[in-house]
Amino acid sequence: MSIVLRARELTRHYPVSRGLLHRPALVRALNGVSFDLAAGRTLAVVGESGCGKSTLARALTLIEKPDAGSLEIAGRDALVHGRELRRDVQMVFQNPYASLNPRQKILDQLAEPLRNFTGFSRAERRERVLAMLERVGLRPEHAWRYPHMFSGGQRQRIAIARAMMPSPRVLVADEPTSALDVSIQAQVLNLFQDLQAEYATAYVFISHNLAVVRHLAHEVLVMYLGRAVESGPTERLYARPLHPYTRALLAATPSLHPAPQRQRIPLVGELPDPLNPPAGCAFHTRCPYATERCRAERPELRELDGRQVACHHAELLG
Amino acid sequence: MSLLEIRNLSVSFGGPPVVDGLDLSLEAGEVLAVVGESGSGKSVSMLALMGLIDPPGRVSADALRFAGQDLLALTPRARRRIVGKDIAMVFQDPSSALNPSYTVGFQIEEVLRQHLGLRGKAARRRATELLERVEIPAAARRLDAYPHQLSGGMAQRVAIAMAIAGEPRLLIADEPTTALDVTIQAQIMALLLDLQREQDMALLLISHDLAVVAESARRVCVMYAGQAVELGTLPALFEAPAHPYSEALLAAIPQPGQTRLHSLPGMVPGRFDRPAGCLLAPRCPYAQPRCAERPALAPSRLGMVRCFFPLNQEAP
Repeated sequence: MSIVLRARELTRHYPVSRGLLHRPALVRALNGVSFDLAAGRTLAVVGESGCGKSTLARALTLIEKPDAGSLEIAGRDALVHGRELRRDVQMVFQNPYASLNPRQKILDQLAEPLRNFTGFSRAERRERVLAMLERVGLRPEHAWRYPHMFSGGQRQRIAIARAMMPSPRVLVADEPTSALDVSIQAQVLNLFQDLQAEYATAYVFISHNLAVVRHLAHEVLVMYLGRAVESGPTERLYARPLHPYTRALLAATPSLHPAPQRQRIPLVGELPDPLNPPAGCAFHTRCPYATERCRAERPELRELDGRQVACHHAELLG
Repeated sequence: MSLLEIRNLSVSFGGPPVVDGLDLSLEAGEVLAVVGESGSGKSVSMLALMGLIDPPGRVSADALRFAGQDLLALTPRARRRIVGKDIAMVFQDPSSALNPSYTVGFQIEEVLRQHLGLRGKAARRRATELLERVEIPAAARRLDAYPHQLSGGMAQRVAIAMAIAGEPRLLIADEPTTALDVTIQAQIMALLLDLQREQDMALLLISHDLAVVAESARRVCVMYAGQAVELGTLPALFEAPAHPYSEALLAAIPQPGQTRLHSLPGMVPGRFDRPAGCLLAPRCPYAQPRCAERPALAPSRLGMVRCFFPLNQEAP
């Protein structure tokens, strides 16, 4: 399997002004995240709002340079060859009402990546746009319409088609189905799977819907306050989560067939202030298993039971 | 006598109705869920019940009764005394449900002043109690916070505190957790169900998330394109749905071990391109020639269904 995306200790800090008299504070939105992703595989990134998921997406798509760490796309250093690698990483956004240009015909929006990245003639570009539209389940005549003439599900198909136009090696999708109704979500998820089977694109799938993640992802990366707390093969994590946060996320996810005696450990409290993160393990303020050690010493990611986990007490949970 | 009785409710904004002949009844202290996709009419029908549909929207019903009172016959003034007090509502997006220019305390005290006549220290004290009841830490201090100083989950708790301030007998929660993270969603649902049990309040939960519904409601009404297509109890309805649309909604949810999701082709028809016969017929895998007629809501094995050929009708 060829690794198309290799991230090492990706870090992104944002200074936040606190007025004239104070030094700016630092939000550590992304704090040393590493992973490998192979062609044709899907990595899901999960966590609550503010955990750094979207900052990670911005770093991977070269929209923002990370402050530290390294990023390799298809074996080349993305921080050096960013410009040439842009066509290899494309993105699908959450809200298809905001991500398409309302003044441009679908044909022009889908042809634009080809105009930027390839030397195709006008006629070739058009032919490819029409083929891609058909591939994502739209009709050729749709190419001459404007975004407002489409429903949310159709717009998301168009956004996916646009991302796939330059044949990227990596597709980063940030909550691509959370604005859609369930039946439309099912259609779009099927489309993602079909496209991956056909083009062997690697997906980074950012989502808070754990049922969708389980369905789609080969691997999962759970984030909390800018750091990975657990990562590994999807089924392994879902069957036996080792980090208390992963456990709480799974327990909080409602199920269609709730077991009558299901153990519910509702997580108390909310995400701590990222300007002032807790010392030690960032999760200790909400963790039912926290001890003195967790308050003092930050757990590093370590290998355990076929996955990476950052918890002092992971053995106890297993 | 039911706490709430809706018979043949229709809402239109000119042209075809958005809600078309909805019947629904709710007992005191019951939890009922209304599920459906965007455009199914679930939110509009609840707004109509609250009296929040303005012209040119038109609301008509054979009966719209709450605790024995005919809501449609009341003067607007008398109706406002019920709405906000005996019937309260929690909306999807807490940041737009709260007024950004007033403190949280002022907004809660406003409900207490309007509906219970509480003023000054008494109102302040009650508002603190309400914030404590919805589990907001440091409640007394939070009264002076403005909505933008609260997280989404905290803002939704405040919205719930406002809704329960008048000790309602019916709380309508319209997608109360959709805008929230999954951990906060679990906290808010647990809080709503706690309040419902504790105050013996009826809860009408509008949601598109069937899993949330499965964990909280006893009865469910499935809506499609402005009509109720199936009514039944849980978990029976989710185990053996009678309407093809209910079946399709359930099949669209990813389940462990599934490789491909089932989904109906096409999408929910808009109100101008609804088919003449059964509304689902063009997308329905079981459609037959008879489906060119409109089916009526009729009793099925476990509830009510609007289909000529309902599924799962033989006893297992």
